[in-house]
Amino acid sequence: MQTLFYILAGTALVAGALVVFQTHPLRSALWLIVNFFAVAGIYLLASAEFIAAIQIIVYAGAIMVLFLFVIMLLNLRQPEEPMPMSALGSRILAVTLAVTTGFLVMFGLKQAVIIPARTGPPGLGNTESVARLLFTDYLLPFEVTSVLLLVAIVGAVILSKSRLK
Amino acid sequence: MEFLTQMLGADVARMVVGLIAIIALVSVNALFLIWMERKVAAHMQLRPGPMEVGWHGAVQTVADAVKLMGKELITPTDVDRPVYHLAPIVIFLPVLLSFLVIPFSQTLIIRDMNVGVLLILAFASLTVLAILMAGWASNNKYSVLGAIRSVAQTVAYEIPLLITLMSPILMVGSFSLADIVAAQERYWFVLTQPLAFILYIVCATAETNRAPFDLPEAESELVAGFHTEYSGMKFGLFFLAEYTNMFIVSALATIFFLGGWRGPFLPGIFWFLIKVYAIIFLLMWFRWTFPRVRFDQLITFAWKILIPLAFANLLITALIMKLR
Amino acid sequence: MAVPLECYLGLSVALFTLGAIGVLIRRNILIILMCIEMMLNAVNLAFIGFADTFKAVDGQMFVFFVMTVAAAEVAVGLALVVAVFRNRATVSVDDLNLMKW
Repeated sequence: MQTLFYILAGTALVAGALVVFQTHPLRSALWLIVNFFAVAGIYLLASAEFIAAIQIIVYAGAIMVLFLFVIMLLNLRQPEEPMPMSALGSRILAVTLAVTTGFLVMFGLKQAVIIPARTGPPGLGNTESVARLLFTDYLLPFEVTSVLLLVAIVGAVILSKSRLK
Repeated sequence: MEFLTQMLGADVARMVVGLIAIIALVSVNALFLIWMERKVAAHMQLRPGPMEVGWHGAVQTVADAVKLMGKELITPTDVDRPVYHLAPIVIFLPVLLSFLVIPFSQTLIIRDMNVGVLLILAFASLTVLAILMAGWASNNKYSVLGAIRSVAQTVAYEIPLLITLMSPILMVGSFSLADIVAAQERYWFVLTQPLAFILYIVCATAETNRAPFDLPEAESELVAGFHTEYSGMKFGLFFLAEYTNMFIVSALATIFFLGGWRGPFLPGIFWFLIKVYAIIFLLMWFRWTFPRVRFDQLITFAWKILIPLAFANLLITALIMKLR
Repeated sequence: MAVPLECYLGLSVALFTLGAIGVLIRRNILIILMCIEMMLNAVNLAFIGFADTFKAVDGQMFVFFVMTVAAAEVAVGLALVVAVFRNRATVSVDDLNLMKW
């Protein structure tokens, strides 16, 4: 189980790094898909098979397809031009900042005492227990997400209309 | 974690044997379907079709496959190489994995999972990724146009497909395909969910890019769409994936609406295959009955007719289930 | 046999940092959006790790909601990218430094 986790984690990290350091947007998108699959595999290990299936349907099947679609629609065939030397300093600063923040978070987590809000019986993670919780304790947030999605749909439609009358 | 030990632990042998059986089934099925397609097309047009090789041309496809394998693999100069070579594999692998959860008969199922339907739908949604990769990497305007059409179409038709399947799932209360078949002991769901069945067949036709919704590969305007630049066995893999996809959507229709392997006298597997090939015949019949739709008609049809109907069907099903 | 919580959290932080680096150094707006997706994914991973360790499904609920937000964000974000591209014919954030034109 551990080794499987490390293999998947390594895949996720390598793919994630390639997303950041590829010059071509399409390649980045394809590596991001690999990353999502590795993460879905980790969800399976964590006995969250429903979330793993949703991860593949939503991320790999819908979100990344939209990304690829936009890349093709805008016909972005040229890779990004190499960065100008003048921006090098700010870029090094940015990387340092991000890595430092990461280490700070890691350090904070090491210090933290984590107390679970609630613990359940083992063997959870199947669709029934997710559904039960979703439609009892989390009913209101669930309903609110539908409003959020509606807002997003309306926003996307208005933005993509070329001219509003 | 238990899920995975369950999957990897006791029945590794079952998985291996199952995968070999699947690969055999996929190849034989594709060979048979191509012959069937040619024969159905021919008889609809009052001509005999392939007659030369074997009985009524039965091994014509084998000869074609051998020819295809012997062909040179041509890689055009300006393609995006890694993506170009990867696309045929990406289109084929998820199709193969979908077979893991399909119950061919009461006992003939490789792995029954409680997210079976979601798994098949997840894998089905990956086909469009491969089409995009192929279309983009080929660096050809017909391929790109075919791929863009394919995405718009698949995204539009995936929504009613998912919502339609939710109605029978609501009646069963399980995502497991074996449970769905088990719930149809007294009557088939096509009787209680006729609208869902029709909607599913329409969406499945669109999802498999078949006529009258075959705009991504419309041969009269786009040469062959996304696989224009592929030759030899790479093209063969696209073809294989397409016919296997047809089998899977028909198998889903059988499981969801026609009672799966249930039937009198004959063993389950026979009934399952009979029903699946009957639906495939229906899909082939469509191809020679309906003219290809225009692209704007295609998208409008999905968003303005299919999705509202699917939602209405789901709502009514939910109401009836609640009142009962 | 279970994967310890530290492994989940370590991977989550690493992925989040990678995403943050991407957002800060890349100039293609599409790649920036992808990196934001990766950061959201890293957060999901932490939730799943907690859910697995404490055997509580609540963590999976939050993943569900984060995915909804991610989907909504991508829909609006990509619509914005297309709208901007239509006006300016660029996807580089360096060229989008005016508040109006």
